Amino acid sequence: MNLSDHLLTVITFLPTLGALILLVVGGKGQDNLARWIALAVTLVTAALSLVLWAGFDQTNTGFQFVENYSWIGDSIGYRMGVDGISVLFIPLTAVLMPAVILSSWGSVHTRVREYLIVFLILETFMIGAFATLDLALFYVFFEGTLIPMFLIIGIWGGARRIQATYKFFFYSFTGTVLMLLAIMYMFWQAGTLDIQKLLQFKFAPEVQTWLWIGFFASFAVKMPMWPFHRWLPEAHVEAPTGGSVILAAILLKMGGYGFIRFSLSMFPDASQQFSGFVFVLSVAAIILTSLVALVQTDIKKLIAYSSVAHMGFVTMGIFSGNVYGIHGAIFQMISHGIVSAALFLCVGVVYDRMHTRDVDAYGGLVSPMPRYAFAFMVFTMANVGLPGTSGFVGEFLTMFGAFQANTWVAFFAAFGVILSAAYALWLYRRVIFGAFTKESLKGILDLDAREMVVLVPLIILTILFGFYPAPILDATAASVNLVAENFAQAIGSASAAVASAH
Amino acid sequence: MTSDVTSFAALAPAYPELLLASGTLVLLLGALFIKRERTQLIAGLGLLLLLGVLGLVLFGGGEGQAFNGSFISDGFSRYMKALVVAASGVTLLMSFSTARENSLDKFEYAVLVLLATLGMMIMVSSNDLITVYIGLELQSLALYVVAAMKRDDARATEAGMKYFVLGALSSGMLLYGASLVYGFTGTTQLDLIVKAIALDSRSIGLVFGVVFLLAGIAFKISAVPFHMWTPDVYEGAPTSVTAFFAAAPKVAAMALLIRIVTVSFGNITHDWQQIIVFLSIASMGLAAFAAIGQKNLKRLMAYSSIGHVGFALVGLSAGTEVGVEGVAIYMAIYVTMTVGIFACILALRTEAGPVETIAELAGLAQKRPFIAAIMAILMFSLIGLPPLAGFFAKWEVFLAAMQANLFGLAVFGVLASAVSAYYYLRVIKTMYFDEPVTSYVAVPYELTAIIAVVGFLIVTYFVTVGAPLTNAAHLAAGSLF
Repeated sequence: MNLSDHLLTVITFLPTLGALILLVVGGKGQDNLARWIALAVTLVTAALSLVLWAGFDQTNTGFQFVENYSWIGDSIGYRMGVDGISVLFIPLTAVLMPAVILSSWGSVHTRVREYLIVFLILETFMIGAFATLDLALFYVFFEGTLIPMFLIIGIWGGARRIQATYKFFFYSFTGTVLMLLAIMYMFWQAGTLDIQKLLQFKFAPEVQTWLWIGFFASFAVKMPMWPFHRWLPEAHVEAPTGGSVILAAILLKMGGYGFIRFSLSMFPDASQQFSGFVFVLSVAAIILTSLVALVQTDIKKLIAYSSVAHMGFVTMGIFSGNVYGIHGAIFQMISHGIVSAALFLCVGVVYDRMHTRDVDAYGGLVSPMPRYAFAFMVFTMANVGLPGTSGFVGEFLTMFGAFQANTWVAFFAAFGVILSAAYALWLYRRVIFGAFTKESLKGILDLDAREMVVLVPLIILTILFGFYPAPILDATAASVNLVAENFAQAIGSASAAVASAH
Repeated sequence: MTSDVTSFAALAPAYPELLLASGTLVLLLGALFIKRERTQLIAGLGLLLLLGVLGLVLFGGGEGQAFNGSFISDGFSRYMKALVVAASGVTLLMSFSTARENSLDKFEYAVLVLLATLGMMIMVSSNDLITVYIGLELQSLALYVVAAMKRDDARATEAGMKYFVLGALSSGMLLYGASLVYGFTGTTQLDLIVKAIALDSRSIGLVFGVVFLLAGIAFKISAVPFHMWTPDVYEGAPTSVTAFFAAAPKVAAMALLIRIVTVSFGNITHDWQQIIVFLSIASMGLAAFAAIGQKNLKRLMAYSSIGHVGFALVGLSAGTEVGVEGVAIYMAIYVTMTVGIFACILALRTEAGPVETIAELAGLAQKRPFIAAIMAILMFSLIGLPPLAGFFAKWEVFLAAMQANLFGLAVFGVLASAVSAYYYLRVIKTMYFDEPVTSYVAVPYELTAIIAVVGFLIVTYFVTVGAPLTNAAHLAAGSLF
């Protein structure tokens, strides 16, 4: 058995293996042992995911590392494989997990072993959702994330955790079950759940409309798109730091990934038909939630709303349907994955010290915490989309793509950039600058070695991808071109010329 | 009519039933000669007997008809019988630890359970309306007594009484329906009815017969609007008896329903389909909302079982082979989950007695992490969350509904499952998010074993039993079409 033949399976289920090990060892009084085991497992997974990225053939538009077996009955199969659309989400997930585990050292002190187990299982579901090529299996992984996330928010969350976790669960579950029916209908139409074959299958336009709605119900909640985002701020605020990081960095991206892989690629006619509707919701997300973010007094809530706004750029880019838009959307998702994760980790740093997320409780942190101030500044700038950070590339490309599709959409989306600068910089000023006078903050310590280990790699990535986005763009280019070409061909519009000229 | 029982070998299709019947009678007689304190022995032997019957069902072969076509053994009946016998055996085992306090430490209990199981096997294998009735009554009469076995307990007596009165009513309706069907087709044998219908077009009298027949069976599977007895009986009967009621009889009645509608009325699908769709929607809808307010765990499980019958009927609504396959898988998974849940409920006892309310589960995750984890897994599985077995159960039945273009039913079903998630999550919330209030006493080892096995099966369904179970259900469904 060759490792590279089953690399995706190994990466996907290695964390589960780690969880099984933790079931046996690392019980009472051995919290640190459990943490080290979890850290080791996630590090190995991360290393393997980088091997995957390195071994990925960027010129190949098809699926790679494919495994294909029939499994249950004649409907569900065990199929794995990645292309340019999905390949980057796996290293993103795997690389952030060690950071999440490391952040638990400072913030989680009860039921540590269970905490690590559910996170490792969650990692399997997340990677699996990106790696699978079977629609039923995708659903299994996609929906499976609800179980660990429900527990993470409910057990280790803040004061209003129960309401938050219920809200998270019901929004997600209700959306996803409609997708389940759409998946079943696709099976009876196409006779298979193999994503590779479904991508070749042409659904009748009126069927596409209904299937599109079914998938939209699920992904729009997951992204989340305005006005289906109501669960997100609460879930973010109440979740422990690790939960917020995963929620913002990975779970939201499943929605975007789904939009590209399924809605846009399999239902092009319906996507074209609904693109105006999506544009309106995207612009609403960008402008309205940015305005809402301006008035937040809870740091986490502010970042949560800013996530919704940034996801607005992603949906806008995806449904512009051209190469720039889709390219930008993927880049924006990767970048946001890094930046939002880092921002939540930064909030976690001060929360562990002060146990409050209230903006007014802070101020003038730059003098006692210079290193923290620097890290927070880099991520704030990336969140704003300053050129030279990874945030800029994605926002620019999605707006560029939207401009081609619909000028007004790009025009209104541009306001989001201004507003994001307003709320992010204002947050930074209130927390970091100003006079360091608050009595409660006296004696607050700067980043320790563990926190540096978590944040420094993220700083490097943020700046690296800002100046040199090629690793991401090159990996996705071939597949994005294919998606855009197929989309253009399907809707038979003039944008085909644009796609092929690129 | 001459009998087709010419030799012992001609009875091969009915070997499992014959073994169970004779074995049970031997146990009944033998029990009279042993001391009252040693009745556990009878239960143990009964368990062995069920094990033997299960082996015979699985590996005995012997398919075909017997008793002039009134009894049939085919792939479907063997699949369902294996479920019934296994469920009866496991629930009998579960009653051991609490037998004394529930006054179940009498030899009659085990014998009655065996007789009920025999009735269920006959129901599953019946190929004639008269055999149907014999099986059903044998089962029901045994169950009425079992429900009221704890004689000096008011709740148990009430449960037995309610069960008896409503059960008798349903039997009456079933008989009335059967006589109408006989009157309008001229035969009681299931596979001849379908031919008689094919000869002359169906009459309105026949449809009346079908309605009454289905109403009678709907009582037995506790589908809305024939569900009223379920919460009271579940709550009133001792927990180990409730576990028995919730598992095997449901499977047997569902198997009977499937056989009657697909074999006898396979060519008037459109007529009974509406009834099944209605039962399904009503069951899913009522259970989703009625369970929300329940405080008692057993009542909660009663409403949950009503809802799950509704989901299983989604598959039958399709009226296709895929649908029957879906129901077969659904029942197997549902029975496993039910047995697991009741094993957990039985295993949880405080100093004051058995745990009955949800509130008493507070903080269970910290006191009894193992049971809490399995119970949470079972609850997630009942919701239908992947990758647990409950998801694949729902997958199969909704897949059939989508194939049959029953979109309205499917959308209603998944939304009902979203609503029903609320009350399952409440149990998890109580166990995991709340702080402990009580402490629990030690768990008998056989219950721990059952809980562990069920948990293992439900979690690893996709990897371990999923593929073989699906194949078995596929063969079972194929034998009906």
